[in-house]
Amino acid sequence: MKITILAKTAFISITRNKLRSFLTTLGVVIGVLSVILLTSIGNGLTVFVEQQFANLGSNLLIVSPGEIVGEDGGFNQEAAALSLSTSKLSIIDANALERSGYPLGDVSVVIEGGVDVRTEQGKRQGFSVATTPEYSTLRNTKTTKGRFFNEADVSSSRKVAVIGSKIADKLFVGVEPVGQEVTLNRVRFEVVGVAEPKSSGSFGGPDIDSSVYIPYTTARSALGHEKISYILVQAMDKSQIERAKEKIKTIMDKRLNEEDFSVTDQREILKTIQTILGTLTMGLAGIAAISLVVGGIGIMNIMLVAVSERTQEIGLRKALGATPKSILIQFLIESAVLSTLGGVIGIVLGILGAFALRAFFPATPALNSILLAFGVSLLTGIVFGVFPARKAASLNPIEALRYE
Amino acid sequence: MTKSTVKKANKKAVLELKDVSKIYDLGDEKLTILKNISVTINSGELVAIVGPSGSGKSTLMHIMGLLDKQTSGQVILDGNDVSGLSEEALAKMRNQYIGFIFQQFNLLARTTAVENVLLPTLYSTDLTDKTARAKELLTTLGLGERLNNKPNQLSGGQQQRVAIARSLINNPSVIFADEPTGNLDSKSGHEVVEILKKLNAEGRTIVIVTHDLELAKIAHRVIKILDGEIVSDSRKS
Repeated sequence: MKITILAKTAFISITRNKLRSFLTTLGVVIGVLSVILLTSIGNGLTVFVEQQFANLGSNLLIVSPGEIVGEDGGFNQEAAALSLSTSKLSIIDANALERSGYPLGDVSVVIEGGVDVRTEQGKRQGFSVATTPEYSTLRNTKTTKGRFFNEADVSSSRKVAVIGSKIADKLFVGVEPVGQEVTLNRVRFEVVGVAEPKSSGSFGGPDIDSSVYIPYTTARSALGHEKISYILVQAMDKSQIERAKEKIKTIMDKRLNEEDFSVTDQREILKTIQTILGTLTMGLAGIAAISLVVGGIGIMNIMLVAVSERTQEIGLRKALGATPKSILIQFLIESAVLSTLGGVIGIVLGILGAFALRAFFPATPALNSILLAFGVSLLTGIVFGVFPARKAASLNPIEALRYE
Repeated sequence: MTKSTVKKANKKAVLELKDVSKIYDLGDEKLTILKNISVTINSGELVAIVGPSGSGKSTLMHIMGLLDKQTSGQVILDGNDVSGLSEEALAKMRNQYIGFIFQQFNLLARTTAVENVLLPTLYSTDLTDKTARAKELLTTLGLGERLNNKPNQLSGGQQQRVAIARSLINNPSVIFADEPTGNLDSKSGHEVVEILKKLNAEGRTIVIVTHDLELAKIAHRVIKILDGEIVSDSRKS
């Protein structure tokens, strides 16, 4: 018995009924396609989130009001919403951290809030980030035009603003924004700089490029934004993150009650998001895999038809000396080739689809999901081919030869 | 009933049936298809098994060709008792010792003449490439120009000649021809008959199963079956 000839036989019978073979493989094609597309989207989202976090600055610790992060590392949304309005964090806490004597990097306070952004050209909903000049280095926020505001702007509560790239694009069309006026909640500010674009899309929380950066002192005096949203602290380097976190907790414990603040580092948040995305991707891929099973049943169905259509051929082969085993292998190869063909078409379409999606969405096809899809489609063909192949192998040669 | 007990000293027994019966158990009653058949086919013989339909001649051929199993008795092929062999082992024996020619030719569609002839080698333990032999066989049978034609490009007579080449490819000990001319016009049928005679003259052992008494006339020995029993076994002198 020669496997290559049996494989050739399989190809001949598959090409004999091209349309039927195509329709049969369609189930597997769709199954593999959706598994690959969904895992690509999941992977892309994870990569996207990681990039966003890297953009937001490295080795950052965040002191937030209230117990935002639960014991298990998950977000405590209710507490987070409540704590923002009752924030007990103050600029004195930030100063205390700076003067703790413990080697920490820059410290910055942030007051966040929604604002109406207005220019002569129109109005737009924006997001005010009222902070200190250190924010620029902590959050890796560079300016493409003009400058970030400085200590002098903060100490004299100047009405200066650094606008996000999207605000600049939409509200200063054809105008050099630096030096112009922008109105935030009816208060006039002077634009001193334009921030570098950060988001590649519009996923994951507030749109950073629609932010307006202003001195926190000005936010308090001119806009009435009082409550500190969070304090950013930079650890000296990656290895210091854990120790810095403990130190910050010790310092803050002396100043506030335990339930009035929490210290998180970005890796924790990133890890949580990665876990969520990972589970989501697996779940979606699992659902998509169900269509592979449906595809497998389609293959089984058509193989059963093929066995009864080719009863005479099977009888002849048996009469000429084919053992039940070689008939079994012949039909198994045929169903495996059918499903693998579907798998390969699905993989090619999936990769093309993922790249097409990139125009709108950060989809990245992963090698392991491609290999898995290939393996599963091969396995589908073999598993669902066993029943028809056994049926063929057990045919009585005399009956089969007589069959018309 | 004439029993074939006479053995010529120079003739070796290729196939021996000893007291073979085939009985179908239908629950309430037992249907006897073959009743205590004992027959010996010797090497180099051209035998015709004749009988009306329902006589049991096809079943006899199937048992002789190892396609079917007898209910009782022994089948001895080339000195080996094959009675208790598994389906797997029987398939290998068929491949090695037996050639079949069918009424319906039974060629694979969309497969060339050469590939059809090579079909039995696919299941052979002998892995040598027999393509040259297949071409040679087809050429000898007058199909040298049609080696790569597919069955639908061949006439009935040509298709049956491909089937004959296929039956010869593994150099079997005995060839069974089941109504080999039944689906052919008289001219093609005559050609096939001539080929069978020629193969026998070259020393091939051939068993023809037919209800056509004209065809049976070419045989040196005619075994008549009726109601599952051998009613006559006569040799031409």
